[in-house]
Amino acid sequence: MLTLKDYVRAESLTQAYELNQKKSNRILGGMLWLKMTHLPVQTGIDLSGLRLNTIEETPDEFLIGCMTPLRDLELHQELNRYTQGAVRESLRHIVGVQFRNLATVGGSTFGRFGFSDVLTMLMALDTDVELYSGGILSLAQFAAMAPDRDILIRIRIKKTPRKSVYLSHRNSQTDLPVLTCALSGCGSKFQAVIGARPGRAVRIPDEQRILSEGITSNTADRFAEYVSRQIVTGTNMRASADYRRHLAEVLTRRAVLTMGGERL
Amino acid sequence: MKVGIYVNGKKIATDIAPDLLLIDFLRNHGCKSVKRGCETGNCGLCTVFLEDKPVLSCAVPAARADRCQVVTLEGLQEEAAEFGAFIADQGAEQCGFCNPGLLMNAIALFRENPDPAEDEIREYLAGNLCRCSGYEGQLRGMRTYLDFKKGGKTGHEVCE
Repeated sequence: MLTLKDYVRAESLTQAYELNQKKSNRILGGMLWLKMTHLPVQTGIDLSGLRLNTIEETPDEFLIGCMTPLRDLELHQELNRYTQGAVRESLRHIVGVQFRNLATVGGSTFGRFGFSDVLTMLMALDTDVELYSGGILSLAQFAAMAPDRDILIRIRIKKTPRKSVYLSHRNSQTDLPVLTCALSGCGSKFQAVIGARPGRAVRIPDEQRILSEGITSNTADRFAEYVSRQIVTGTNMRASADYRRHLAEVLTRRAVLTMGGERL
Repeated sequence: MKVGIYVNGKKIATDIAPDLLLIDFLRNHGCKSVKRGCETGNCGLCTVFLEDKPVLSCAVPAARADRCQVVTLEGLQEEAAEFGAFIADQGAEQCGFCNPGLLMNAIALFRENPDPAEDEIREYLAGNLCRCSGYEGQLRGMRTYLDFKKGGKTGHEVCE
């Protein structure tokens, strides 16, 4: 189990950033993943006193503090209205309410975990991350970067007019997903994001403009096949690479049809 | 390090190790209803209220609860006894180990949503594992409790 020699409730982001430059120190998020590690941590840096646990809405974007619990996103009416319930759907299968009251959006995003429902969902939206030192950059860029000693302060979701659908498959309820799939469409531009491959989520834009022809059973089949050809999957204890590729096709097809108004 | 944590309304001011978890803090201070189960954040046995929200005390550093209100089943005696009787009437407590966590989370659900549908109950309690009951007895207990709160029969009357 994790051991902490010291615990500091940061009084400012500057203090937290400076402490975090030492390799043996760690920022504490929801602690659900970190506590499972065997890391001997010198100083655990707690950001919970910095009022970064709120969701602010402006006319152009949602600003989500890094310490905001996943449960707050799940229950946020405006965010769920904007995503047609996709955000709630992406979160409600993660263990239980008590878990989601602790797990933070910052921890889930900064970790860039392959199994992350959160990363898959946010990558399907027009999402930026705000870093203490690195400034603002797109989540897709951030997701491709190697972890460093920066601090993720906020998630910024721009309110570009967009339709979105989220689906996942699990071997058993509350388990980690075998595959996650988020579909979003902005005007005539569509993209699928596939996560839990089991690698990090990746974007697959509809470069052949299949869905621009309109959402029908035929275009759903073709786009799903296109995604399954593009995606790189792997094998782990939950599923084989072939099974994941098959799931990617099935979930993408369902997501497209759901976006088209079909009830599955 | 020094902390002052309000447990069931009473302030406990003491020195703790930086990596002490809330579950250990609470059990060390007599709250034995808080059970240690999986220790991976998956079973719900260690559920307590932190600032009125149900959380897993096995994943919260006690230091983070400094100056916060923590409520365990010991602090909900009346509410828990009333609801717990309906679970018992259905024979759903079985070995009893998961019950404190289940009662805590069910009470959190009833406070948030006083008239939940069965799907909502199942979804809210998905993070509370029970290896004896198969959940059906617990669901029956909750339904009769909710009916009782709406003016229906007590658990005893239903069983009779």
